[in-house]
Amino acid sequence: MLRLQNLNTYYGEIHVLKNISLHIQEGEMVTLIGANGAGKSTMLNSISGIVGAKSGAILYNGTDISNMSPDRIVQQGISQVPEGRQLFAPLSVEDNLRLGAYTRYGKENKKEIQKDLETVYALFPRLKERERQYAGTLSGGEQQMLAMGRALMCRPKLLILDEPSMGLAPLIISEIFKTIARLRDTQKTTLFVVEQNARVALKYADRGYVMETGKIMLEGNSRDLLENKEVQRAYLGKQKKPIWE
Amino acid sequence: MAYWEEQSECCPREDLEQLQLERLQSVINRVYKNVAFYRALFDGERIVPEDVGSLDAFTKLPFTTKKDLEKNYPYGMFAVPLREVVRIHTTTDTIDTPTVVGYTAHDLKTWSDLVARFLLSGGASRDDVIQVSFHYGLFTGAFGLHHGAEKIGASVIPASSENTEKQIRIMQDYRTTVLVSTPSYALFLADTLEEMGIDPKQMMLKKGLFGGEIWSDKTRADIQERLYIEAFDNYGVSELMGPGIAGECREKQGLHIVEDHVLPEIIDPETGESLPPGKTGELVLTTLTREAFPLVRYRTGDITSLDYGTCACGRTMVRMKRIERRTDDLIIIKGINVDPHQIEKVLLEIEGCEPHYQVIVRRENNRDHLVVNVAVSENIFFDELRLQESFVEKVRTALGRRLNVRVDVKLMERKSLEESLKKSPKIVDSREL
Ligand SMILES: Nc1ncnc2c1ncn2[C@@H]1O[C@H](COP(=O)(O)OP(=O)(O)OP(=O)(O)O)[C@@H](O)[C@H]1O
Ligand SMILES: [Mg+2]
Ligand SMILES: [Zn+2]
Repeated sequence: MLRLQNLNTYYGEIHVLKNISLHIQEGEMVTLIGANGAGKSTMLNSISGIVGAKSGAILYNGTDISNMSPDRIVQQGISQVPEGRQLFAPLSVEDNLRLGAYTRYGKENKKEIQKDLETVYALFPRLKERERQYAGTLSGGEQQMLAMGRALMCRPKLLILDEPSMGLAPLIISEIFKTIARLRDTQKTTLFVVEQNARVALKYADRGYVMETGKIMLEGNSRDLLENKEVQRAYLGKQKKPIWE
Repeated sequence: MAYWEEQSECCPREDLEQLQLERLQSVINRVYKNVAFYRALFDGERIVPEDVGSLDAFTKLPFTTKKDLEKNYPYGMFAVPLREVVRIHTTTDTIDTPTVVGYTAHDLKTWSDLVARFLLSGGASRDDVIQVSFHYGLFTGAFGLHHGAEKIGASVIPASSENTEKQIRIMQDYRTTVLVSTPSYALFLADTLEEMGIDPKQMMLKKGLFGGEIWSDKTRADIQERLYIEAFDNYGVSELMGPGIAGECREKQGLHIVEDHVLPEIIDPETGESLPPGKTGELVLTTLTREAFPLVRYRTGDITSLDYGTCACGRTMVRMKRIERRTDDLIIIKGINVDPHQIEKVLLEIEGCEPHYQVIVRRENNRDHLVVNVAVSENIFFDELRLQESFVEKVRTALGRRLNVRVDVKLMERKSLEESLKKSPKIVDSREL
C-alpha cells in the first residue's frame, strides 16, 4: 500500500532521513521505533507532505505522493494523528471531530458525517460521554482518543500515529493500543505507528522497523524484534554489557 | 504443491525487491556500526552507508573474500557480542585457518526455515523418514538438514558418519524414505548395495536430497537409476549459513535462491564487474537477515547464472543454474590454463569412462606433470594388458587434445578412486608455486 524508497530529508544543512526504505501492506499495523531525535516524526511528516523530501520516492498504491500538498494527501486516504495531539482546546469534543471531516464537507451530506461521528463514538465511548466538553479540559488519554477520532473522521485508509503513548500512564497506553489494534481488526484500517515505547508498540504491531540517527537498522516481525538482543539493550531497558571489546 | 513459507516463496517480484532494498540498507547500516572490518573497509573507500541507496550503488561496494575472513579469524567478523551467539560452526577448508561462523538464536530459526523450504520443494514431508548421512560436527551440513527436517515434522535419523553397512541396515530396518548426503556418497552407497546383493527396489527409499559438492547431470542420472530414487540438488555455503541458500523444486530447472534472505549477484570473476541477468559468472552473495555473521558481497567462487523467468512451481525466487565449476579450479600448467571441468566433459564422451576422476599436479625436477586418475566402469580391462594400454592411450590423446597439455592417465576402480577422493580433494596441486 505504502512504499518508501531511498527517502532523504534535510532540515537545512542537516541530513535527517538517510536513505529510508520501508513498506506497509494493506491491513497491516507497522511500527517504527527509535530514540529521541532519530527522525521518526520527520518521516511521518514527509509522508503527510508537511516536510518536503530532497530525494527518493513515496509510493502510495503505486503513485508517487512525495510532491503532493498535505491536503491532497489527506484526500488520498492518508491521515495523521500528530505528536502532542494538536487539538483545538477551546472547541468542544464534537466540534473537534466535525473539523476532522472538513475535507469531505460539501461533497457529502451531513448524514454521512453523522454516521462517522457515531462510528467514532462507538469506538471511543468516553468521547461520547464528553461530547460537549471543551477539548482543553480532557485528560491526556482522552485527548489522544479525540485526536484519533478526529483523524478517523476523514475515513482514512492509512492512519499514521505519532507517539500515541506520549505522556500517558501505562494503563491508558495499553487502552489506546488496544483501540488501535481494534481499528486494524474491525475497520480494516492500515496503521503506521511511530513509538519510543518499543515494548507496547511491538506487542500490538505486526511488523516493525528500528531507526537510529536517521537510518533503518533493523526490520522484522514484531516477535523477532522483541527477542532481538540489540533491541532489548537499546529500547527495552535490558542493559547488559557486551563481554568483549 | 506444498510450500513451507508460501507468502515469501511466492512473493510478487516487486514486493520482494522492496524487501531486499530495505534489508540491504539495514544490513549495510548494521555492519558499518558493528563490524570493525566493514567500517574500515567502507571508510577506506570513502563510502558512507547511506550512499548505498540503489542496487546500482550497491554494486560499487568492495567484495568480501575468503582472505578477509582468514584475517579476521576467529571472531573478527561477528556483528554481535559472543554471548548472543548460541552456535558456532566452521568451514571444512583444507587451509590452516577455517572460517568460524556464529549464529544467534534467530539465525538458527531462520536457518531451519530455509532448509525446510527446500525439503518441501523437493517433495519431502512430515510423513518421511529422513536419514541424514552427513557427519555431525563442526561442518554445517548435518545440523542444517537436521533442524530443517525436524521442523517440517519428519522423522529424522542422525545416521552421521556411521559405516556404510550400518547405514544400509538402518535404511532397511527403519524404512528410510529420504536420503540426505553428498552425491558421491550416494554413489558409494549404490556400489556397496550392489556388493551386498541388495536390490534398492526392495527398500523404501524414494528421494535423495544432495549437496555440498559439484555433481553433473550424468551423476544424477546414475544415482537415480542405481538407487531407484529421485535426486534433488541443494546448495549451501558454510560462510553464509550452510545448506538452505538454494534448492531445486520438482521442475528441476535450476535451484531457487532464498532471495528474501540472501541477495545474489553474478560478476565477472576476472574484472569483478557485475554481469547482467542470464550471464554466467561468479556468484556473489550478501546476507540480508543474518544477525551474528553478516557478509556483504561475499565471493563464493562458484560459477553459475541466474534465471529470473517464472517457474512452473509458483515460486518467484530466482533460480541459479546447477554449479558446474568454481573460479579457483583453474590449474595453470606450463603457462596453460587447464580447466578440470573440461576433463569431465572429455571423459563423458569416451565409452567405458566414468565422470569420476582425480587430478594430481606434481612438480618433479622443475617440470610440471598432470596426472588424471580415471574411474572405469568395469574391470574387464584389468586382465588384458594390451586392451588396457590402448584404452589409456585413447583417453590420454583425447584429454591432451582438449586441454593442450600432456596428461598422464591412470585407470582406477571406482571404489579405490572414491577412497582416495575421501582423503584428498578432486584436484591435488602439490606444486609449490
Ligand atoms: N549443490 C551444490 N552444487 C555444487 N556445489 C555445491 C553445492 N553445495 C555446496 N557446494 C559447494 O560447496 C561450497 C560451500 O561449501 P562449504 O562452505 O560448506 O564448504 P567448506 O568446505 O566449508 O568451504 P570451502 O568451500 O571454502 O572449502 C560452495 O561454495 C560450493 O562450491
Ligand atoms: Mg566454504
Ligand atoms: Zn520452481
